[in-house]
Amino acid sequence: MSAMAGAAAPLVEVHDLAKTFDVSAPWLNRVVERKPRQFVHAVDGVSFSIQRGKTLALVGESGCGKSTVARLLVGLYAPTKGRVEFDGTDTATTFRSKQALALRRRMQMIFQDPYASLNPRWKVADIVGEPLKEHGLLSGKSATHGDKREMKAKVAQLLQSVGLAAADVEKFPHQFSGGQRQRISIARALATQPEFLVCDEPTSALDVSVQAQVLNIMKDLQRKQGLTYLFISHNLAVVRHVSDQVGVMYLGRVVELADKADLFARPRHPYTRMLLDAIPDIHMSGRARTPVQGEVPNPLNPPSGCSFHPRCPHANERCKLERPALKMCGGALIACHAVEEGRI
Amino acid sequence: MTTPLLEVRNLRVEFPTRRGKLVALDDISFDIAPGEILGVVGESGAGKSLTGAAIIGLLDPPGHVAAGEIRFDGRRIDNLPYEEMRKVRGRQIGAVFQDPLTSLNPLYTVGRQLVETIRTHLPVSADEARRRAIKLLQETGIPAAEARIDQYPHQFSGGMRQRVVIALALAAEPKLIVADEPTTALDVSIQAQIISLLRRLCKEHGAAVMLVTHDMGVIAETCDRVAVMYAGRIAEIGPVHDVIHAPAHPYTVGLMGSIPAMDEDRERLLQIDGAMPRLTAIPAGCAFNPRCPKVFDRCRVERPDLLPAGATRAACWLHAPSLREAA
Repeated sequence: MSAMAGAAAPLVEVHDLAKTFDVSAPWLNRVVERKPRQFVHAVDGVSFSIQRGKTLALVGESGCGKSTVARLLVGLYAPTKGRVEFDGTDTATTFRSKQALALRRRMQMIFQDPYASLNPRWKVADIVGEPLKEHGLLSGKSATHGDKREMKAKVAQLLQSVGLAAADVEKFPHQFSGGQRQRISIARALATQPEFLVCDEPTSALDVSVQAQVLNIMKDLQRKQGLTYLFISHNLAVVRHVSDQVGVMYLGRVVELADKADLFARPRHPYTRMLLDAIPDIHMSGRARTPVQGEVPNPLNPPSGCSFHPRCPHANERCKLERPALKMCGGALIACHAVEEGRI
Repeated sequence: MTTPLLEVRNLRVEFPTRRGKLVALDDISFDIAPGEILGVVGESGAGKSLTGAAIIGLLDPPGHVAAGEIRFDGRRIDNLPYEEMRKVRGRQIGAVFQDPLTSLNPLYTVGRQLVETIRTHLPVSADEARRRAIKLLQETGIPAAEARIDQYPHQFSGGMRQRVVIALALAAEPKLIVADEPTTALDVSIQAQIISLLRRLCKEHGAAVMLVTHDMGVIAETCDRVAVMYAGRIAEIGPVHDVIHAPAHPYTVGLMGSIPAMDEDRERLLQIDGAMPRLTAIPAGCAFNPRCPKVFDRCRVERPDLLPAGATRAACWLHAPSLREAA
């Protein structure tokens, strides 16, 4: 945890964050069929912090709650429990106050699907220019003619910073390929000069060669502008490339949080080991691998104790009964009884 | 060398449109030996799925095979009438598609779909077919197969559904399985299970596999040989080990370099600038020439065929005999 205990205060701090969704049947069905209310604990007590200029990656399989964490951080969802601190202030109260706009300017989000996150009927100038208008970053007050020219110039500059042409401002999203659209999303996110970018699977919909282009741009921007990233992905190779710290999530909880080099060299939690073993070995080095077993359980009805115990080769009675807390074990935070007891 | 199970020769697939015909696949030639696993890799729109569809005779009209031929077990199958092809499909060539939910009928139980497939192709009784269906489900690793055979697809998870689809593909003991992105819709931990299952079952049943995927890691783990496709043509084809460790085509080099590695740190990934051309605007000469770092005059004019390049064959003028002698 050397990086986390650094002298500077972290830009983003998350304490015991939780989000519960009500997925009960409609009232009439509950009464007639005597069904109880049902809740999904999408995020269940997650804590982490991100230092300025660093990248924290959250990895996990579908349904582990990583996208919910992303949405909680930028205020698209309100937390059920816990809090998010951005630069020392609690975001939940700020989002309800008059300072909300000022806070939103400082954090932006990039979504997974560049085909769904851009309005097909807007020109690029309007898409990327909208945050400029919304946050009053243009000199005039209303979108008068002069403003429009200024906006286009600013948008052109933003497009160039992500490797697109200035002339692209007049085009519509359908005139671009998937990779170019994702660059437009990045340009839009950068429009307000944010400090913190939440990237929810930004390259999962892209081909590898295009993914490489987008990842390179994101790293260049981080170097130049000192951006802080929360990077959500299910692809461990991509995570290894972009991140400084990695949090592994399973069924709404962080099971391992460690520095990147540490996590990939010495994965400790059995789930992290399993995930790493599951990656196809592209260089065919003949690395020994344990076969992965089982599937992610239904989040509506998670297993008792440690939620990973039905798939875990090291599970014992204690794992079935008692839920492990995230504890410091040899330089990383691990939530596992077996690691804590030194059984593995 | 044994006679190949599948021979594809100079295959060309065209889509007539109002603005002229689009050539989606051009001059594709490759073989698959019995029991061999051939990977077909490429980016979206490279034509890899279309190659699979052409082989199983499921090209969406108006797409059609315009030239070349496909031979299966020595018999030409690309010009068979629809009903004849139906008998080949399923019986001789099985198929596994990307999305297990859309390839199963949601209104029929899994068992009914398996029994129907088995009885369509094999002369067995209903009881025998059901016994086989249960055995297939057990082989694909579905727990409590006797009970689950009477359940509907929505009662299965994504990974379990893909197991059922694999059971369906193997039901009539085909000699070849065309698997089109079988793991793309699945999580990594399930992906590894499905890949090893596909590999093991095909070995046990002696079936050859044509595995279409965009994931080079899956190819490396599974295949014997790999064909790299670009803009409707094969850019490079050869043994997996050679294509990955010593790629001969500049596109393969770029493709391999752009994949983040698990065992080395790089500040930047190797980047191929630009994007694959649209089918309406394939450049003259080599289709890769505008993006190629090693492009020279000949590439812009003349289109290269597959040329021997070390252990693989690559469609690149860098490997032309005249150039190599000069060098």
